[in-house]
Amino acid sequence: MTDWKGTWRLVRHGLRRDRVVLPVWIAALTGLSAAVVAAEVAMYATAAERAHGAAFGAANVFTRIMDGPASGTSLGAISMVEAFQKLAIFVALMAAQAVVRHTRQDEETGRAELIGSGVVGRQARLTAALIVSVGASFIVGAGVTMALLAHGLPLEGSLASGAALAATGACFAAIAGVAAQVSTTQRGANALAGGVLGLSFLLRAVGDAFGTVTASGVELVSAWPSWLSPLGWGQQMRVFHQDNWAVLALFSVLFVGLAVTAFALGNRRDMGAGLIADRSGPAEAPPRLLSPGGLALRLQKWPLITWGAALVVTGVAFGAVGESMEDFADTNPQVADLFLGVAPGATIVELYFALVFSFIAVAAAGYTVQALLRMRAEEVSGRLEPILSTSVGRIAWLASHGRFAVGGTVAVLVACGGAAALSHGVVSGDFAAGWGVMAAALVQIPAVLALGAVVFALFGVAPRWAGALSWAALAVSFVMGQFGDLLELPQWALNMSPFTHVPAVPAVALSYGPLVVLVAVAAVLVGVGMAGFGRRDLAIAA
Amino acid sequence: MDAAIVTRALVKRYGKTVALDGVDLSVRTGEIHGFLGPNGAGKSTTIRILLGLLRSDSGDVTLLGGDPWRDAVALHRRLAYVPGDVNLWPNLSGGEAIDLLLSLRGGFDRVRRDDMIDRFQLDPTKRCSSYSKGNRQKVAIVAAFASDVDLYILDEPTSGLDPLMEAVFQDVVKEQVRQGKTALLSSHILAEAEALCDRVSIIRKGRIVQSGTLDEMRHLTRTSIHVHTESPVRGMEGRAGVHDLALDAEGATFEVDAEQLGDVLAELTAFGVVALTSTPPTLEDLFLRHYGDELAELTGNGAGS
Ligand SMILES: Nc1ncnc2c1ncn2[C@@H]1O[C@H](COP(=O)(O)OP(=O)(O)O)[C@@H](O)[C@H]1O
Ligand SMILES: [Mg+2]
Repeated sequence: MTDWKGTWRLVRHGLRRDRVVLPVWIAALTGLSAAVVAAEVAMYATAAERAHGAAFGAANVFTRIMDGPASGTSLGAISMVEAFQKLAIFVALMAAQAVVRHTRQDEETGRAELIGSGVVGRQARLTAALIVSVGASFIVGAGVTMALLAHGLPLEGSLASGAALAATGACFAAIAGVAAQVSTTQRGANALAGGVLGLSFLLRAVGDAFGTVTASGVELVSAWPSWLSPLGWGQQMRVFHQDNWAVLALFSVLFVGLAVTAFALGNRRDMGAGLIADRSGPAEAPPRLLSPGGLALRLQKWPLITWGAALVVTGVAFGAVGESMEDFADTNPQVADLFLGVAPGATIVELYFALVFSFIAVAAAGYTVQALLRMRAEEVSGRLEPILSTSVGRIAWLASHGRFAVGGTVAVLVACGGAAALSHGVVSGDFAAGWGVMAAALVQIPAVLALGAVVFALFGVAPRWAGALSWAALAVSFVMGQFGDLLELPQWALNMSPFTHVPAVPAVALSYGPLVVLVAVAAVLVGVGMAGFGRRDLAIAA
Repeated sequence: MDAAIVTRALVKRYGKTVALDGVDLSVRTGEIHGFLGPNGAGKSTTIRILLGLLRSDSGDVTLLGGDPWRDAVALHRRLAYVPGDVNLWPNLSGGEAIDLLLSLRGGFDRVRRDDMIDRFQLDPTKRCSSYSKGNRQKVAIVAAFASDVDLYILDEPTSGLDPLMEAVFQDVVKEQVRQGKTALLSSHILAEAEALCDRVSIIRKGRIVQSGTLDEMRHLTRTSIHVHTESPVRGMEGRAGVHDLALDAEGATFEVDAEQLGDVLAELTAFGVVALTSTPPTLEDLFLRHYGDELAELTGNGAGS
């Protein structure tokens, strides 16, 4: 067992390091689920309302894609259908990042070498990372169970919900464990795990979009792709409906399989090396690399390409189902009334695209945040120091990354909008409607850039907090967009999210006022960021 | 202009830690100036202020006649920096990283670049992610010395190099200075400074405690000797300049003041020297073990002794 020597010491070390991050995640996820359940309880007071809600969820392709399969009319089931997918994504992110943090990041910064040379077995680091991450997932699961019980929901379903979330977290911890062995860098490992998460969401979305509604009308049987996705399994447990505990076996098999793989891979590679072999490169640099902008392009290219590709696929998928919203509204006149109450005179399809892009915009902002935080990564890794010791000025360097992030943001939204417009055109035969779809994408650009400007300002003024606060700002925007109405948040709170201010184009007429304000706010924040970075000390690599 | 670098009363605090407590450093144009001090003394902090990467809390700096914070971009065209801990982009090749740093400093000479890569035996096609610390340091050294600049700022540049490369490094620095360039070389190894520097400044706890030529400081150095002899060593007990003597049947271990070193070695030959190792003291040893009191007096905060 010498391979595992020192594991507990590393676990303690890891818990100390994460003493802020993990409690924040756990409190936020537990709080979010409690809030959603409270809101659902208030909203679905009568059985008739629940039946109506479940029928809506089962029939509506959009909610199937976003939330997953409807599972009957019990209060618990309706709440968890609404909340599970988002909670599962967050738990997966928390678990995967924790594992990468405690394996790859440590190794990259050389901390692991120090630990490795001490009395620590070669498998201890990965084991400790998994223990910390899976432990945190279980605490989230327990918190969610308690939140559900506190609202008087049945014990079995509450336990199953918590178990499903914990198991999802554990599987993504193991996925990150493999990713950390395969890739050489922390960023690479996070990207790989994130890619698996995205693919899981897509598989589940496709499976549920093509599912069939049962005779009861309040339950959706997912098509097979949902069963390929660990993000979908939790929902196949049908909590508060069938409480199908057998699904946990799928999680267990995947977890064990991945963990064994990660340990086997770890056994085979040297410290610091990845399995993706280091190819050699050119002895001389191509001229296009030799400027701040050229370097930014080189460093930022792959995230842009992957995000762009993912958003194009997303755009095609959402564009293709747009037409079916019309049929859906035809068979559900109340729903049509509800929708059209929001924007009189608009068609259901127009409303659908406005809604879709308000969601996609937050995803695109994920790209923007990641691209801008690359600046912080360059700084703390010590790679910025040699650059700023040449005749590249601070503002010139900032501009090189800032320009790229702006251009990349515009590019991914245009590509996504274009893909949605075309796929809608192909399905419906109405290519002219594509302009409206495109407008729905473009109108989000100022809001995404405003969020990016927040990241930029934080980097200049509060660099230590830039990473945590930027992702928190994105998460808050996401929660407000997804749950803001449900939670009946006050308007001033909703106004904190830039996405609240985007007009619902093409369902309503384009109003420039809010967009101009968003751009103006962004400009001020960029100025703050530049002034702050121009005056502050550079962080020095540890 | 005969001073390349002048700092006066430079202070830098990190929260409660006082990293620099009034640094007065002066480097003349055309010299190799050793910047010596134990780890944590404030060498890197001073250097980063000279580069405009950090801002001092108080004090003045003049570098190549300019202000390193205000005139950073213009001054950086005229200097090259080798950081103490070189971090590079994992997916750039070494050659790409060199070309990038050279171009960003402002144009470069390909012949000189290739020559430096040759001399430091660097494989420029390897990805930076697969370089060892020493190789990453070589990338920064090559990128520095392939540029035509007036001032080299080198922060413990050889800490990862093997002795062969260290010798190449010393040759390269000497060549540059012969052509009128200036170098500031930080180190915590006395021997390196002795081999290279015209003058040195010694920093400890954020203050310059000594500054001058090495000869002027020779009295501060002691070498530790371990000698293996045919017959037992005699006559060293209580001998002037010999300290911490430990005798055994095989020979002796002791430390000797620099000015007595030659005489003591001559005396040792009488006992038939089989093997001899001499270790120059690290600065840390020197200051902390032997000269703590002297230093306390020098810095004026000595606990009464
Ligand atoms: N970013 C920082 N935050 C807090 N303390 C620092 C920081 N950088 C350096 N220090 C402290 O300042 C002192 C001087 O450090 P440094 O200049 O790196 O020394 P040297 O290069 O001589 O080894 C040390 O006590 C170190 O701990
Ligand atoms: Mg240092």
